[in-house]
Amino acid sequence: MKMMSGAAMVVEALKDVGVKHVFGYPGGAVLDIYDALFAQDDVEHVLVRHEQAAAHMADGYARATGKTGTVLVTSGPGATNTITGIATAYMDSIPMVILSGQVPSMHIGEDAFQETDMVGCSRPIVKHSFLVKRAVDIPEAIAKAYYIANTGRPGPVVVDLPKDLVNVQEEHPYHFPADVTMRSYNPTEKGHPRQVKKAVKSLIKAKRPVLYVGGGAIASEASARVIQLAEQLHAPVTCTLMGLGAFPGTHEQFLGMLGMHGTLEANKAMHNADCILALGARFDDRVTNNVAKFCPHADIIHVDIDPASISKTVNAHIPVVGSVDTVLEQILEQLADKELADQQHKLSEWWEQIAQWRTRQCLNYEDSASVIKPQKVIQALYKHTNGDAYVSSDVGQHQMFAALYYPFKNPRQWINSGGLGTMGFGLPAAMGVQFAHRDAVSVVVTGDGSIQMNIQELSTCLQYNLPVKIISLNNRALGMVRQWQDMIYKGRHSHSYMDSMPDFVKLAEAYGHVGIRVDKLEDLDAAMEKCFSYTDRLVFMDIQVDQNEHVYPMQIKFGAMDDMRLSKTERT
Amino acid sequence: MKRIISVLMENAPGALSRIVGVFSQRGYNVDSLCVAPTDDPSLSRLTITTHGDDKVIEQITKQVNKLIDVLKVVDLTDGTHIERELMLVKVATRTEGMRAEVKRNADIFRARIVDVNATNYTIEITGTTDKLDAFSTTMNQCAEIIESSRTGVCGLARGERALRP
Repeated sequence: MKMMSGAAMVVEALKDVGVKHVFGYPGGAVLDIYDALFAQDDVEHVLVRHEQAAAHMADGYARATGKTGTVLVTSGPGATNTITGIATAYMDSIPMVILSGQVPSMHIGEDAFQETDMVGCSRPIVKHSFLVKRAVDIPEAIAKAYYIANTGRPGPVVVDLPKDLVNVQEEHPYHFPADVTMRSYNPTEKGHPRQVKKAVKSLIKAKRPVLYVGGGAIASEASARVIQLAEQLHAPVTCTLMGLGAFPGTHEQFLGMLGMHGTLEANKAMHNADCILALGARFDDRVTNNVAKFCPHADIIHVDIDPASISKTVNAHIPVVGSVDTVLEQILEQLADKELADQQHKLSEWWEQIAQWRTRQCLNYEDSASVIKPQKVIQALYKHTNGDAYVSSDVGQHQMFAALYYPFKNPRQWINSGGLGTMGFGLPAAMGVQFAHRDAVSVVVTGDGSIQMNIQELSTCLQYNLPVKIISLNNRALGMVRQWQDMIYKGRHSHSYMDSMPDFVKLAEAYGHVGIRVDKLEDLDAAMEKCFSYTDRLVFMDIQVDQNEHVYPMQIKFGAMDDMRLSKTERT
Repeated sequence: MKRIISVLMENAPGALSRIVGVFSQRGYNVDSLCVAPTDDPSLSRLTITTHGDDKVIEQITKQVNKLIDVLKVVDLTDGTHIERELMLVKVATRTEGMRAEVKRNADIFRARIVDVNATNYTIEITGTTDKLDAFSTTMNQCAEIIESSRTGVCGLARGERALRP
């Protein structure tokens, strides 16, 4: 058996797990681990400028690949700075392992320098956590952490490592478990056959079915089967904010995103459906609107790997616990035997109805010759990237515009903080994406508010030569807050206006990057072209957009799914 | 409606705080809580009494079951079960008459006097929550309760059913 220090064990265990990138920031409690990292080339460490960004980078990396993202931070402030990033990953079920340093065991509880109870601080926002007590337990704790993070419903796992355990002076036997089994943790992958049978029966019977696809379809790599099922049933498909890309945004059966800022046709179809197949979606309040008025005519089939998600907010008539991909495989097996030949004919009335809703063209907006409409920028971005870019987003109006006006063709192409709604997520996430896909185009759609919440990472981008493209929709305001103030608070713009914007072009240049400012609509195309011609440089596009634009459609509070405002003056 | 939820979990540091955390995070009620290692010292059994409608209880059992340290969760009130709680109560017995009355009532409730001195008795009683409540009321009527301590409910299902790993 190999003998090594606790610090070397940490690095060795990461290698054994297959970790290629670690996003982190050194400090007193993890100096031994950093020393062990120094002596090897298998695991690349990325030095961030703020630990929150390390967590978002690991998160973006995980979303773009499906692999677990890894974070390494010191005790106390290093650990607490990751909390927002951990909560972001937890809400969106993203696999992540956070290795945090801790003060030496004998000082735990003494309020020692840079001590925080990280296991306690992170408890409500992790899938699980470990406070390692003995150096020999390090490999097993790390193996379990990765196993837990990326099986079942994925999520973040914290491993807290007291400094005395990783001391480089003391050596211990290293044993990495070949296989992890836990008697208390056995996620259900396969759906119960009786439930699957019921689901198939309901789908075959349906005259107005809708597939409602969430982030779980992406987590379980179910995209191909979602398409297969949709096509065999000839059923319309809508995706949640987290599910975009699981079904191609360009497919003729795609109705667009559903929910608060969903399309009219998606929300109408949901409301009028007689059968809803929810695939890895959790009936979030930003989807359902008033649950009492939610989809009154539908039999709800809910497929989810997390039993606690089923019937949490909306009662499921046919619950199926299991991985979306596995359950779809089971459904497709049974469907093959059934008569599907006349699906097209059977659903023709349904499609006629949908076609009629589509004629409203709810994503049309009032164009302008004098100001740049934010929607226009996203459409230009789509054109200049052929719809192939990885698009990360911050949180606010720009996020909704990106979700609505950039039809994602593939899963993992759209990276956003859907559940927690974390401003400052976008730039570090896009950097994580770029580390995962070095040759791909990694774009962040952001705003003047969000970008300033993690702008320091421009420095990290220079150090690692990350050619991220920043598309900042600058409306000199916190757009979504302003929109709600317009709609609900009689236009009183309380603290949603920023009176001291930096010169973003100079800022980008100060960090060693390229900055482009766009003021006029006629310059937009050329500027975009220029931006994407810099294949090896980070470009910051500061685009001055209409300050008064709102995101529509928008559900009306307390209403049904399809009670919506379609513009500043029209409603359903 | 009152429910008794039994949880079998790893006897690991932090496991209890995770369970209690689920209750506080999600706004569920804890009426009593009782926890100790089982015959297998690597496992702990926790009994929690709570109240809520069926939907809330379903969520509680699912959310607790979701914790990595938790092996099994059952709602004992779903079937026939035995529940017991233990209470120690110290009552002031300043007069001969009070001493006799307290002793008589303790006998009626099948409680035991476990400590005696010149001015008070300490009495041990086990039973259901209702029985302990009734005993408290009686003691308050015939003497003065100085202090009392209750364990919270623990319970087992009747018959063949058992909570095992």
